[in-house]
Amino acid sequence: MTQILWHGRGGQGAFTAARILGAAYVSGGDGRYALAFPAFGPERRGAPMRAFAKLSGAPIHARSEIKTPDFTVFLDGTLFTEPSETGVTLVNSPLPLRGAVTIDAGRIAASFSIPTPNTAMLGALAALLGIISPREMELGVAAVMPERLRARNTGAIRAANEFVCKGGRP
Amino acid sequence: MSGREFVSGNEAFAAGVRLARPKVISAYPITPQTVVVERLSEMVEDGSLDADFIHVESEHSALSCAMGASAAGVRTFTATSSQGLLYMAECLPYAAGGRFPIVMMNANRSIALPWNIYGDQSDSLSQLSSGWIQAYAQDAQEALDLALMSFYIAEHPDVSTPYMANLDGFHLTHTYEIVDVPDAIAADTFLPPLRTDNKIDFTAPKNMAFSAGPGHNAAFKYRQHAAMLRVRSVAAEAEERFAGIFGRRYTGLTESYMTDDADFIIVTLGAVSGLCRDAADAMRARGVRAGVLRIRYMRPFPGIEISDALRGAKAAAVLEKDISIGKSGAVFTEVAGATDAPLSNYIGGLGGEDISEEDILGIYEDLRSGRGGVHFLGIGEAE
Repeated sequence: MTQILWHGRGGQGAFTAARILGAAYVSGGDGRYALAFPAFGPERRGAPMRAFAKLSGAPIHARSEIKTPDFTVFLDGTLFTEPSETGVTLVNSPLPLRGAVTIDAGRIAASFSIPTPNTAMLGALAALLGIISPREMELGVAAVMPERLRARNTGAIRAANEFVCKGGRP
Repeated sequence: MSGREFVSGNEAFAAGVRLARPKVISAYPITPQTVVVERLSEMVEDGSLDADFIHVESEHSALSCAMGASAAGVRTFTATSSQGLLYMAECLPYAAGGRFPIVMMNANRSIALPWNIYGDQSDSLSQLSSGWIQAYAQDAQEALDLALMSFYIAEHPDVSTPYMANLDGFHLTHTYEIVDVPDAIAADTFLPPLRTDNKIDFTAPKNMAFSAGPGHNAAFKYRQHAAMLRVRSVAAEAEERFAGIFGRRYTGLTESYMTDDADFIIVTLGAVSGLCRDAADAMRARGVRAGVLRIRYMRPFPGIEISDALRGAKAAAVLEKDISIGKSGAVFTEVAGATDAPLSNYIGGLGGEDISEEDILGIYEDLRSGRGGVHFLGIGEAE
């Protein structure tokens, strides 16, 4: 099982990213299972919140929060204090950070006129994960987002993915 | 929509309700139930569900309205959660006593105060005596399947009793997962249109929802009770029929996981059951004979099934997201009345608190050490 913990602020789309990831993964066939769920704090825009995605080749029974993530994603650099003790940490940051993979997701998102960094971060994560094809990611986006948002967000996912694949990681 | 879909528990339940073709839906939105009524409202709007969606001003009105629709002889659905369920509490025994086979989805949520929107089962468990059938889903697939089976069971002439399908708030309602959505033709094969004589009919006038003095009151309550007990056999019939059409098999009022030879059994209900099964597997790998008994229905109460499943156990624990303040968990009290097995109680997940695999492994270790009593996960022993 691959477990992804998302940190974000209310309104940045962490849960949406977790859902797209789950939908993309399961689009790969009958032998793929995923859970995507939120753990909101105070229900306020801007407040810190978390989302979870679990991906597995077998049915997933445990709905507990993720304690030992394989990937920890910070949609907002101001929430980052230190890298996760387990797995890879990915941070939305224009500056390099010790122990973390960084990407300026806000800039990539802005270049696609997207106000949230979630899909750019999802593209970067997918490059690190290496288990979701571009076609599956498109299906994931289509399962979660309305038609009018799909092209821009798929573009942001692809751009961030290529950035990481081309050695954008420090 | 049919086939393999990545949806939330709320969306899965809404998909099941759509396939059941209710004629009237009356509901008031409340977190974490909101999405199910939003989806159904959209389906009515876009024509994919031929029903009247009645936007009411409160939960009390939602159920009152549902009773009126059911009294007109049509399939009726509503949904609520937490404070909304409590606000409609006056109407719950009314619908049950009137024998209106309304189906309601309840998104299990903490009750105030403290104000809290997250999942626990204090809301529905406070209404065990209301005369409603109570079922608890463990995942989104079961939620969808219960949406279909609930109408079959509630409307069955041997039952004619309202049905509350419970989904753990957030852990089911807001968790996205893979669900097989049946096609409409198969659903129609499973669930025939509602036929009932318990309706307003100008060609055969009758008195409905009437008063009864002392001489008749007990007889009415007894008949309600007898009908509720018949849910055991009607649910079995529904599940057999369901398995024949959809290939998914359910197991009646409870579901046993490795209880046959188990020394230590956790009895629980709802979405945490899967975690308990994982923990039982982990205990088995350590050579401990662990099992899980999942309660699928709290009403009718599966006393026979619980007694049978716990018969050979050295010790059992009831894990529930509920506290009947001043006593213990309500489920514990009920289970204790059904078994002679040494029984302890673990209260966890209140107000959405996370329950981890370590918590469950700890319960099994407590059972092995003979620790009894009532405990709060994350806090400790109750005084």
